[in-house]
Amino acid sequence: MTHAAAEHHTSMGVPSRKMAFWAFIGSECLLFGSLISTYLVYKGRSVVGPYPHEILNIPLTSFSTFDLLMSSLMMVLALAAVQRGDMKWGKIWLLSTALLGIVFLGMQTYEFTSFVREGLTLQTNLFGATFFVLTGTHGAHVTVGVIWLLTLFFRALQGKLGPEHALTVEISGLYWHFVDVVWIVIFTVVYLIQ
Amino acid sequence: MSAVHAPAAPATGWKSWITTTDHKRIGMLYFFTAFGFFLIGGIEALMIRLQLAQPDGRLVSADTYNQLFTMHGTTMVFLALMPLSAAFFNYIIPLQIGARDVAFPRLNAFSYWVFLLGGLFINASWFAGPLFHAGHLNVAPNGGWFGYANLTERQYSPGPNIDFWLLGLQVLGIASLAAGFNFIVTILNMRAPGMRMMRLPVFSWMTLVTQFLVITAFPVITVALVLLMFDRFFGTHFYLPAAGGDPLLWQHLFWLFGHPEVYILILPAMGIISEVLPTFARKPLFGYTVVVYSGVLIGFMGWGVWSHHMFSVGLGPIADSVFSGTTMLIAVPTGVKIFNWIATLWGGQIRGTTALHFAVGFIAMFVIGGLSGVMHASPPADLQQTDTYFVVAHIHYVLFGGTILGLFAGTYYWWPKMTGRLLSETLGKWHFWLIIIGMNLAFFPMHFIGLLGMPRRIYTYSRDLGPGIATLNLVSTVGAFLIAVALLVFIWNLWRTRTHGQPAGDDPWGGATLEWTIPSPPPPYNFDFIPTVVSRLPRWSTTQMRAIPEGSPEESLPHVPSGSIWPLVTALGLPVLACAPLTHTLWLAFVGAGLLFFGIYRWAFEPFEV
Repeated sequence: MTHAAAEHHTSMGVPSRKMAFWAFIGSECLLFGSLISTYLVYKGRSVVGPYPHEILNIPLTSFSTFDLLMSSLMMVLALAAVQRGDMKWGKIWLLSTALLGIVFLGMQTYEFTSFVREGLTLQTNLFGATFFVLTGTHGAHVTVGVIWLLTLFFRALQGKLGPEHALTVEISGLYWHFVDVVWIVIFTVVYLIQ
Repeated sequence: MSAVHAPAAPATGWKSWITTTDHKRIGMLYFFTAFGFFLIGGIEALMIRLQLAQPDGRLVSADTYNQLFTMHGTTMVFLALMPLSAAFFNYIIPLQIGARDVAFPRLNAFSYWVFLLGGLFINASWFAGPLFHAGHLNVAPNGGWFGYANLTERQYSPGPNIDFWLLGLQVLGIASLAAGFNFIVTILNMRAPGMRMMRLPVFSWMTLVTQFLVITAFPVITVALVLLMFDRFFGTHFYLPAAGGDPLLWQHLFWLFGHPEVYILILPAMGIISEVLPTFARKPLFGYTVVVYSGVLIGFMGWGVWSHHMFSVGLGPIADSVFSGTTMLIAVPTGVKIFNWIATLWGGQIRGTTALHFAVGFIAMFVIGGLSGVMHASPPADLQQTDTYFVVAHIHYVLFGGTILGLFAGTYYWWPKMTGRLLSETLGKWHFWLIIIGMNLAFFPMHFIGLLGMPRRIYTYSRDLGPGIATLNLVSTVGAFLIAVALLVFIWNLWRTRTHGQPAGDDPWGGATLEWTIPSPPPPYNFDFIPTVVSRLPRWSTTQMRAIPEGSPEESLPHVPSGSIWPLVTALGLPVLACAPLTHTLWLAFVGAGLLFFGIYRWAFEPFEV
C-alpha cells in the first residue's frame, strides 16, 4: 500500500500493480471456475438429502445479493471520492462498502448455521460438500475484502490515504467488484437454476 | 557500456541474502536450491534403479519404493525443473528486456522463500516418521506424483504421507502463482524503450507464455488438492463413489493442470535453446515470428489435450477421438519449432561449444520423446502403453532429454554472465557426452521393457516376466549411474570455475541480446542507462542500440535495490499453517495465520522503492 514514489515507465501504459491484479483476477476465475464446475458436475448426485430445493432460502439470499450489489455501488462512489480528493466522502463510502460486506457475511453465517441445524453439513452429501466449499471460498474472499477495505478506511482516518493513493483504492475496488461478480454467478448457478 | 558511475558495492553477509530483493541474487538462490533438490530427486532415482537392476530386488521394501517413486516425480517436477527454469527467469529476463529489476522485487523474494520452505516441508516427510509414531522413511508421500484419488483418500492412505504431499503442493503453488503474476507484468510492462513485443528475445517470450500457463493451471490443481484435503480432514466425499462422488473428477482436475504443466516444464527450455542456437550458428533464429507464434499456440492448445492421460479409464469413443485429434495437432507447432531450430543451424558458422552441444542434444532427444508422445496420442496404442515403462521412457525423453538438457545449455550459456567466469569447455564436453550416453542407456531400454509388458511403479519383478527384461533393466541402471557421474563432472566444473574459470568479459559468445551489453556479473542496478532498443538483435545490428538516459539525469542514477525481511516472514507463515492440519494442532493455524497477517501488513506499509 505504500505509494511507489515514482511509478516507473511502463511499456503498456498501465500501472504495474493494476496489471498484476488483472492477472490475479484471471487466475481467480480459474479457481472459481473449477469450484463451480465441480458443483455442476455433482448436481443431482447426492444419494441422501437434504436436497437443494428443500433447503435453499431464495428470498434471504436475494437480499444478500442485493446487499453485495449495493456494496459495489458504494465502492464506485468511494473510488470517485478519493480520486477527486474528497476524503470525507471517501471515508464514508469506504466504510459503507465494508459494512455492507459485513452484512453479507452475517447473512451467510446465518444461512450456514440454519443449514447445519436442518441437517446439511459438509459430510452429509455431495450437495453439502460442494455448496459449503464453493460458497465458503467466496465468503473467505469477501472476508479478505472487508479487512482490506477497513484497512484503507483506518488509513484514511489517520490521514494517510489521499488522492495520491487512488490506484490503491482502485485495485481494492477491482477485487471487490470481482468478488461481487463471482457471487452473481454463484447465485444464478446454485440458487436460481435448481 | 562502461560503468559511468562507480559501481555500488553489493552488500554482503547472510542478512543481505535473506533480505535480498535483487533478481540476480534470487536467481542464484533459485539455482542452487533447485539444483540441491535435483540431486535429492536423482538419489531417489538411483535407489529405484538399484532396486530394479535385477529381478527380485531386495534393496528396499515395497512401502519405501512407493515413497521413492512418488518423491522422485514430485521433486523433479515441482522442486527441480520448475525452479531451475525460474532461476533463469529471475536472472536473465530483466537483463534481456533492459530492466533494472522485476516489477515486484519483494514478491519475487516471497516466491523464492515459499518455494524453499514448501520444498523443505515435503522433504521433511522423510524424517518426520517419529512425530507420527512411525519409523524414519515411513511417512513420505507414497501415492504417485499424480496422486490418484481415491487411493489417496484417508481410508486407503491413513498415514500422514499424502497429507505432506497435498499440503506441500498447495504451498508450492502459491510460490508459482506469485512468480507468475510477477513475470507477466515484468515482461509486458518493464521493457526498455523500443523493445516491442516482436523484438523480445524468444526466451522472454516463452517465459511469458509459461507464466500465463502457470497462473491459469495452478488454481485448478489447488482446487483438486483442496477438495482432497476436505475429504481427508473434514469428512467430505468428493472422490468417494460410495457417497456418489467420482474419482474421475480428480483425474480431470489433475490433468487439466497436469498437461499445461508439461508445457510449463518444456517451454522455458525451448526458449533457452532458441537463444543458444542463433548465437553459436552466428545466424538470427530462423523464422522468429513463427517460433513465437508456435509457442503461443502451444500455450493455448496445451489446454485442450488433458484427457489423453485418461484414455484407459473409458471416456467413450467421442471423447477419446477428440483428445486424440487435439494431441496429434499439438505436435504441429512443436514440429514447426524443431524445423526452425534445424534451419537456424543450416549454413551457420557453427561453434561447437558445450552450450551448443546441449542445445543440439535437446533437439535430438526431444524428437525421440515427441515421437513416442504422438504414439500415445492414438487411444488403441495408448491402451497397450498405459502404466508400462514405455510411458516412463517417454516422460524422461521429454523432461530429461528435453528440459534438463535445455537447462544445461542455458547454464553453460549464461553462467559466465552470472558469475563472470567461463565454465570449462573440456569438462563441459565430458559432462555432455556422459549425460547423453547415460540417458540413452537409462531410458531407451525402457521403451522395450514397457512394450514387453513390465508395469511401472512395481517395486520388483520376476525373472519370468519376459525374455531380456532383466538385462534391459540392468542396462538402464548402468545408464542412470552414468548420468550421476556426468553430474559429478558438472559439479566439479562449477566448483573449479569459482577460482580457475577464465574471465568472461561482457560478452564471451558474441551474443545478440541485451544481457551481453553489460558487465559479467552485472552490477546491482544492471544498466547504467536504460538502453533504447532499435532492433530485435541489438548487438548484431548495424544500427546499434542507443544508450540514452531515461528522463532527466537525476532519474537515471543507478538504483541499488533495497532489501526487505517481510517476504521471508510472510512466507514462513505458510508452512506453519500447513503444519496445523498435518499435526492436528489448532494453535499452529493461528500462529501461521498471524505470521502471514503480520508479514503482509509490515510488507504493505514499509517504505520500499521499486
